[in-house]
Amino acid sequence: MREITYRQALNEALAEELERDPNVFLMGEEVAEYQGAYKVSHGLLERFGPRRIIDTPISENGFAGLGVGAAMVGLRPIIEFMTFSFSLVAFDQVVNNAPNMYTMSGGQFNIPITFRGPNGPAHQLGATHSHATENFYASVPGLKVCTPATPRDAKGLLKTAVRDNNPVLVLESELLYSSKGMVEPPDEELLIPLGKAEVKREGSDVSIICYSQTVPLALNVAAQLEEDDISAEIVDLRSIKPLDEKAIFDSVTKTHRVVIVEQDHPFCGVGAEVCYRIQKNIFDALDAPIIRVSQEDVPMPYNERLEKAVLPNADKLVAAVKQVCYA
Amino acid sequence: MQPVEQRDEVEMLSLMLLIRRFEERASQQYQAQKIGGFCHLYIGQEAVVTGAVAAVRDDDYIITAYRDHAHALARGTSPDACMAELFGKETGCSRGLGGSMHFFDKQRHMYGGHAIVAAHIPLAVGLAFAIKYRGEDRVTLCFFGDGAINQGAFHEALNLAALYRLPIVFICENNLFAMGTSVQRSTSLRQIVDRAEGYDIPGEIVDGMNFREVRDKVAEMVDSIRKEPHPAFLEVRTYRYRGHSMSDPASYRTKQELEKYRLDDPITRLRAQLTREGKLTNEQFDLLDKRAKETVLAAVKFAEKSPQPPLDTLYDYTYANGPVAAGRSPTKSDKSAADRAATTEQGR
Repeated sequence: MREITYRQALNEALAEELERDPNVFLMGEEVAEYQGAYKVSHGLLERFGPRRIIDTPISENGFAGLGVGAAMVGLRPIIEFMTFSFSLVAFDQVVNNAPNMYTMSGGQFNIPITFRGPNGPAHQLGATHSHATENFYASVPGLKVCTPATPRDAKGLLKTAVRDNNPVLVLESELLYSSKGMVEPPDEELLIPLGKAEVKREGSDVSIICYSQTVPLALNVAAQLEEDDISAEIVDLRSIKPLDEKAIFDSVTKTHRVVIVEQDHPFCGVGAEVCYRIQKNIFDALDAPIIRVSQEDVPMPYNERLEKAVLPNADKLVAAVKQVCYA
Repeated sequence: MQPVEQRDEVEMLSLMLLIRRFEERASQQYQAQKIGGFCHLYIGQEAVVTGAVAAVRDDDYIITAYRDHAHALARGTSPDACMAELFGKETGCSRGLGGSMHFFDKQRHMYGGHAIVAAHIPLAVGLAFAIKYRGEDRVTLCFFGDGAINQGAFHEALNLAALYRLPIVFICENNLFAMGTSVQRSTSLRQIVDRAEGYDIPGEIVDGMNFREVRDKVAEMVDSIRKEPHPAFLEVRTYRYRGHSMSDPASYRTKQELEKYRLDDPITRLRAQLTREGKLTNEQFDLLDKRAKETVLAAVKFAEKSPQPPLDTLYDYTYANGPVAAGRSPTKSDKSAADRAATTEQGR
């Protein structure tokens, strides 16, 4: 194991998959000559050439659709959205074409495509550039959605996504690109299955269910809660769809108390689905009502203080944990 | 492979007859409520797809919009499978899961059947991208209507195809109406082909009621593309005799206009050309037509007696590599999908 950044981990995943399979190519805005808007594709053009690392015009609908078409005849495109906020311009391709094709064609055409890029609020980008899209996309049958929070998960999930025979969305995070973590060396194949959550910290009093940007938040809060003698278990979903019900139920059966901290909006958010499944399947395991901490239900304001007020934060999460623990 | 220019014109006339009789029968079955949803008929436009397909190889790619029955038939998908798809049967070309607007035939390189106007044009560019990526000499034929040219996807796709020099012929089947809105009322240009010029793509106009003209022009474009990949654009002027879909009485146009085009019928035209040249007798034509009618009637019978897709396959075509659907158990191992489908919980 060695310590690398989330950005480097993604870069390694791309390079390894491009190296392994000649059908894989990377396409998106400024992925080639500019080396990636967030430098995730740094060095790939030099290594793999312009045939496989392809710059596009600002045409999300066009190049996302191009990827779906290429996937129909067996190529394995990796389509980078500069941010998933821009994927909304390609919503028709991601929602209508990629996941429907396998059904509509009676199983003749599966679409082995990866859509990837940063997702969720970053820092003062305003309403149009701050979308957390995981709940939109996870609601669509035929799509798979993962949300890595650490360099190791980023590498392992992206590699798995590229090898999956279905459309997979790898929702990265701008705020995590420079974060560091321990990852297996490059000569060790690292594949992390979709649909497998990971307990990032063991605990006994409360399960904090989180993903993506809310994982580091939850880990910080867990350390803080120790001072109050509350032992928090941190369950990182890693994949939103498929959802690892077993890992969630195992943790909740142990702790009996749940806080879900998500980066999307409260109405029809990821936490609503997780909450529903817990109460439906293991109602008797609960000692308190489940609480969700999410964004406030408003478009993202530019103002820094207001933006902070919209986002989940340590104070909100601590308060929620204390509430479910009746502390 | 059979050189395309040698393809027998009598055979292609026979294909046009099959398309016409198929669509007439589909209309009748729709009215008898054997066919659900939306249903868009190709009657009047037969020379377009027949001419284009006659000009390419069987391994070239074709893709179209929702008025797609003819494109599958022209590619050789059996009338049985096409009619069964309209009936929503398991034997349909998309197993009854696609319907009228979503015909697919992978084996015959027919890539759909796409129902969101212009959304398939980027897919077509992706097919062409894959051809160039692999260094093949195939060509993609991308069909769409005049309504598609005002969608963003169309413009993005043309720009990408031109930028990457991809082997594709964009074939605009201009039947003068985008649903119920005429080209004059929907398009700022005097002629549609000028859209191509904006992307530096060579474009031409042909008479879509003339099989030979369509075939020869597509053949010329495809020939040039095979030598050196590039996009081309063909505006094919045609006319649909029926409304936009089965539910459209087409009251936005006059009877006189329709009659004018009917007199220029593509089947009548090719028949007259062949008869004049001594390649077809009236008796032979009648026999071809009789066969087409019989084939289509047999297809209706086939569709009627075909089984419905089983309820327990409901989850089998959501994810490839088996029914490992998100967050739920495999289809056949727990209680039957029929039971699940009857509940709103769907097994959660």
